[in-house]
Amino acid sequence: MTIKQLSIFLENKTGRINDLTKILGRHGINMHAFSMAETTDFGILRLIVSDVERAVEVLRAENFAVMLTDVVCISCPNVAGSLSEILDHLAKNDIFIEYMYAFAEGDKANVVIHPNDLEKCVAELSKCSCNINKLS
Amino acid sequence: MIWNPNKECMSRDEMHALQSRRLQKLVTYVYHNVPFYRNKMQEMDLNPEDIKTIDDIVKLPFTTKQDLRDNYPYGLQAAPPSEIVRVHASSGTTGNPTIVGYTRKDLAVWSEVMARCLTAYGITRNDTFSVSYGYGLFTGGLGAHYGVENLGATVIPTSTGNTEKHIRLIRDLKITGIACTPSYALYLAETLEKMGLSKDDISLRIGAFGAEPWTENMRKEIEERLGLKGYNLYGLSEIMGPGVSHECETQNGSHICEDHFYPEIINPDTLEQLPYGTQGELVFTTLTKEGMPVLRYRTKDLCTLMDGTCECGRTEVRMGRIMGRSDDMLIIRGINVFPSQVESVILEMPEFEPQYMLVVDRVNNLDTLQVQVEVRRDFFSGDVGSMLAMKKRLADKLKSVLSISADVRLMEPNSIERSQGKSKHVIDKRKL
Repeated sequence: MTIKQLSIFLENKTGRINDLTKILGRHGINMHAFSMAETTDFGILRLIVSDVERAVEVLRAENFAVMLTDVVCISCPNVAGSLSEILDHLAKNDIFIEYMYAFAEGDKANVVIHPNDLEKCVAELSKCSCNINKLS
Repeated sequence: MIWNPNKECMSRDEMHALQSRRLQKLVTYVYHNVPFYRNKMQEMDLNPEDIKTIDDIVKLPFTTKQDLRDNYPYGLQAAPPSEIVRVHASSGTTGNPTIVGYTRKDLAVWSEVMARCLTAYGITRNDTFSVSYGYGLFTGGLGAHYGVENLGATVIPTSTGNTEKHIRLIRDLKITGIACTPSYALYLAETLEKMGLSKDDISLRIGAFGAEPWTENMRKEIEERLGLKGYNLYGLSEIMGPGVSHECETQNGSHICEDHFYPEIINPDTLEQLPYGTQGELVFTTLTKEGMPVLRYRTKDLCTLMDGTCECGRTEVRMGRIMGRSDDMLIIRGINVFPSQVESVILEMPEFEPQYMLVVDRVNNLDTLQVQVEVRRDFFSGDVGSMLAMKKRLADKLKSVLSISADVRLMEPNSIERSQGKSKHVIDKRKL
């Protein structure tokens, strides 16, 4: 029920994200979700893509530092309060969220979550009013 | 003014005779007291009696920083421990610092040459003088301190740090002279202005600047902003500390206290002695030192020597401005930094590739050091916290080895330029 997220180490410099998206585009790899964590001198790009194995292969071939991280991706109704309800439930069950990112389209909102305890998080999410996605 | 005209204005013939006598005595002394020199001379089939005049110095072996390191801690010390009254240490390249022991007579010579320097700048017993070199193992603080006391001026041992308090002391105690690094002088000027004060609020008139390379433009800027005259003060702990040479009021080269420190210029590749006026590596022999005398110590500083009597009346040989180094040593905020020190730290940490780049710059008159290093792919983590922890681990280790803090920049694998042959590890953006 979990999916693989690509974490890519990037220096803070103009054009570096383009380099990466160009490579993925050239190999026909689609990006479903995308988030950037940044510090003063480097950033970590988090990506959910259509073909994980191939993405890792082509990025490593171009010298990117890539690693895979297990995350859980859910979709919930794109209405006020729906995410709050899910997060409340996770907090009550002592699940800490290290980071998350989300995007909404139409009547659906997708949320990628990286919790401290993935297994427990998935179990608890299955009790909530949301779908757990298998994107790729 | 001249502190010791008998020595500083000696005729060249008299100086030659004095140096010759002192060199003979020195060579005999080290031959009998320092196995390192005795072995070297025996290998060269050289006896102390072969040294008859100062011109015979070319027969003697050189001493390098590596020799000092190899003989850590007391291998080159000539005087017995009971005669040593103080020890200083300078930063080492990879691990061992250089330990220099001084006898009571060495300290007397040191405060004599420092008094000569200060007098040449125009300092008298009526001045109040702030020593703003670091006090401690570094020779700058204590070396300048005892020179000021010997001269009879009032010494204010401010050391470094707490710049605002320092400026209040300069103003309230009507401090007239200061010794510090030129970059610290600029930082003082900046702090003064930030405090809403100007050179008209203080009474500084003379500055003795050294321990790092500086330019005529920096001199002009310091002089204008602090309202003083700035003079060069040269020295190195392996020879003595500050006081080896100094400018005079004509500001045309630095007079070497030649009766104690004999200068030569050599070609760093062939090791041949070069004539006056030719640029090469500066070499010193400590003619009178007892604690840790050195024969022909290679400073790695590149400059020229000039002879001829100066307008001020001194007859000593003068050295020109330091034009660079014949090794890769960097001087950052007055501290000696070798790229190999950074390399040794990085090689010890499996998280990093053995590729690195030092970027040195000067921002707001303070030197900055950035260390760029590549993270090994296997050690990369998707978690910002652990990446920052990795960065801090390296920064902490660098700080303990270099004694100055470096800004660590984590780089992507393969992003630091690989060079063919001798790799380039330093980008120095400072405009000196």
